[in-house]
Order: sequence, then structure tokens, then C-alpha cells
Amino acid sequence: MRYSALSIFKQALAGNLGWKPVWREPEPKPHYDVVIVGGGGHGLATAYYLAREFGIRNVAVVEKGYLGSGNVGRNTTIVRSNYMLPGNEPFYEFSLKLWEGLERELNYNVMLSQRGIISLYHNDGQRDHYTRRGNAMMMEGVAAEQLDRETLKKMLPFLNFDHARFPIIGGLLQRRAGTARHDAVAWGFARGADRLGVDLIQNCEVTGIRRENGVVTGVETTKGFIGCNRLALAAAGNSSRVGEMAGLKLPLESHVLQAFVTEGLKPCIDHVITYGAGHFYISQSDKGGLVFGAEIDGYSSYAQRGNLATAEHVMEEGVTMIPGLSRVRVLRAWGGVMDMSMDGSPIIDRTSIENLYLNCGWCYGGFKATPASGFCFAHLIAKGESHHVARALRLDRFERGFPIDEAGAGTQPNLH
Amino acid sequence: MASLISCPHCGTRPKEEFSIRGDAAPVRPAPLAADEVWHDYVHLRANPRGRIREHWQHVAGCRRWLVVERDNFTHEVFAVLDAAAERGGAQ
Repeated sequence: MRYSALSIFKQALAGNLGWKPVWREPEPKPHYDVVIVGGGGHGLATAYYLAREFGIRNVAVVEKGYLGSGNVGRNTTIVRSNYMLPGNEPFYEFSLKLWEGLERELNYNVMLSQRGIISLYHNDGQRDHYTRRGNAMMMEGVAAEQLDRETLKKMLPFLNFDHARFPIIGGLLQRRAGTARHDAVAWGFARGADRLGVDLIQNCEVTGIRRENGVVTGVETTKGFIGCNRLALAAAGNSSRVGEMAGLKLPLESHVLQAFVTEGLKPCIDHVITYGAGHFYISQSDKGGLVFGAEIDGYSSYAQRGNLATAEHVMEEGVTMIPGLSRVRVLRAWGGVMDMSMDGSPIIDRTSIENLYLNCGWCYGGFKATPASGFCFAHLIAKGESHHVARALRLDRFERGFPIDEAGAGTQPNLH
Repeated sequence: MASLISCPHCGTRPKEEFSIRGDAAPVRPAPLAADEVWHDYVHLRANPRGRIREHWQHVAGCRRWLVVERDNFTHEVFAVLDAAAERGGAQ
């Protein structure tokens, strides 16, 4: 069913009884051209673009839970392309351009809201850093604006400008950045892929990767063996565990990242705002809740829950930036499992096993990358070579000495 | 994970006093070891789910390096040992 104003009107008149499920629930076939492990945003986007852009439709996505039950449903929904390094910026800008056409492309309302992201800074050194970052963006053709304190005071009067240690002296703005509805992105890609013939197999956990003469021939799952010509891993926080089934040792550590949402308020925060003095970011959802988060908890974790001390730290940072937050009640908190890579940047590449492909290491920046990640991964699987914006994201960059270290933190995953 | 860690030198302290380095399994190779050996040590991690050993430093206390043995799925802490003593070195 194609969605339109007319279809909504007709359904309303018919008591909304005519809506159909938006994807099938097929049993796995014995063999596919491509099997994708992981039914999150990236796996579903990969399946969609494989079918739509590259004509490979005999594809299955296997997911251990239900579609979108991992990180695509456990994030703070921010999309942006305000990166600095040449290996990253063109990739994330490609992603933002895909976001801008996604609703029309998928015939699905992903609620993209380009409300702008403002990264605050608090001293001269930070101002210089953000100036450099803005310049780096503009050199890639991406608009960036620097806002001074007086402009910010008019735009964001609720900020604590005169903090004794971290006075706000300005900010870097990317107007095209914003937020999207996280679940809708998963559902839109799932629906699009299903309509193109992709089998979406839920509640199907991969328990092993079968190899014959060094070549991957399929996956063992809780629903039996599924054969494939090419196997694509997009398992996010569980990448190391799935990779190990094929004998891979990856440059990843799994960490927990918490996020929070408050009770619904009237519209008060019009942008996405990040606090340069810490690592705090906040926006307001269309429903009215303030959605915010900060750094990862700092220790390796596979639990989808975090530590109370980190929650307290996040609240402290938030109240330091916006004193009025102290009067708002937090409704929910959640933790996602991040596959933190050694340089803080993602990996889209083939592996040492010829028909095994890898998409991982999204750290806590995977949501904004969803369309480009799927497109570039599908390109790699279909054509056997990296898409030009993803060439720097290869797995062997660590070995060759070409890491993409945005934070300049070195090979310590809990610092990215 | 518990918000408290029992340092063998300082007693039970808030987790925030500690800095976490990560997996204690990799062993630093000899300076002139092959590039692949160094790559493995610097970049690659087994990253298992379950019981692991990690290097933590009690930066706001005794400043000793510790080995924390815990489960990274249940967040249960089993043991906290002094790293040097654990390795059999001098205190």
C-alpha cells in the first residue's frame, strides 16, 4: 500500500480497519545470494539499497530479536555531518543528503526535522578548534556558521552563559542537521526492502558461520541452516561475537551508552545543542520530551543498561548547561551496546575471507550514518569495491597506519 | 555494575575514583617484535561477552594499577587485585 493523504483519508472514513502489515514474515529459504546478519537500521538499509540500487533481490536479513530492537531504537535520533577529517566528512555529508530525500524515496514519514545543531564552545582554544572544523566542512562544500555570544543569547536564552568555569562564548551551527524518528527509519527501510522481495527473518539468532575450504557457505541459526553466496555482518555491538564465529578478531570493544528522555514539555528547545565543556547533547522530540545523553559509561559492557553514577554525571552536565533542567522530571533511561572501534570511526569493508563482508565500529554515531552505511555497504557487496565516500573506512587502515581519529584520543575505545 | 569498587589498598570506593584502561589480556610485545604482533596488541581485541579482566587505575586514591575481574553482561564484580602483585612483581 502506498501512503498518501488520500490513503489516510480513505482509511479514516473506513474506521482505520483496512491497514495491512507493512512487511511479510517469511520462513527462511535454503539459500540466498546475500544474507545480512542484523536487522537494525544499517542491516535493513543495506538490504533495501542492495535491492533498489544494485538489483540484488534474493536477500535475507536475519535478526535475533525483532526488527529495530537494537541501537536504531536506542539512540538520541540526531543526524548531522559536522565532521572534520577528510575520511569522515564526505561520508556523513553523503548520508545527510540521503536523509534529505529519504521520505520521498521510501514513501514513509521518517519525520526528518532539520532544526540545526549548535556546538557550544567555552574558551579560545575551543573556538579555534570549531573554526577549524567549520572550515574543514566548508572545504567539503558543507555550510557551517559561527555564532558569537550575543547571537546565541538571543537564540538560546535558557543557557547558562556566565558559568564560572565554562562560560559560553560562541557556537558552531550546521543548519541542515537535525533529528529523525528513529523507529520510523527502521520501519521505512524494512517496508521498502520487503516490497522489493527481501526476506526479513525475525527472532532468528545466528549461532555459527559455516565455512567449507575457507569459503563461507552460510549461517547456522535458531531456525536452521541458511545458505548464501555472500555474508554481510551488520551486528553493531555484537560484531565481535559474530565475527569470532568466522575466526575474525576485530579492532572493537563493546561499551554501554546511556540516554534519557524527560516528561513532555511545550516547545522550548528549538535546536540540537551540544555542550563543548563536557560531552552533553540535547534536543526536544516532536512529542515534547527532552532527549539527551553524554559519554559512554567507560567500561566494556554487553548489558543494555548502564551505571547510576553515569546517569548522575549526565544530569550534572545538563543542569550546568541549562539550569532550568533541574525542574524537569526524567521519564526513561536506556542503554545501547556500542561497538567502539580503536579510532572512533566506522568500518565498512570486506574481510580476509572472500565472501564475508563487515559493517561495524559505529561507536555512538551510527544513527546519522544509517542511509549512507546501507548504501556504501550494498555498493561494496554488489560491486566488490568500496564506494568512493567510504574508501577511508577500510578495516586495514589500522595496520597501514591510517586511523581516522576525530577525537585525537589514540587507540583507546572508551575515550572516543 | 556496582557503583563501588573494592580497592585492595584503599577499601571500597566510588567507581568515579578509577580510570579504566581496558582489556588486561593483551601482553606488550618486545620492542622489535614484528609489525603484525604490534598491530594485534595495539588494535585487536577478543571482546568476549561474560567474565573478563580489565586494567583499572585508582587515580583518585592510591594510584595503583589494578586488575578488575567482572562480568560485562551482568556487571557483577568478582575480584579486584593489584596488577603488579597479580603479575608476581614487586609491590
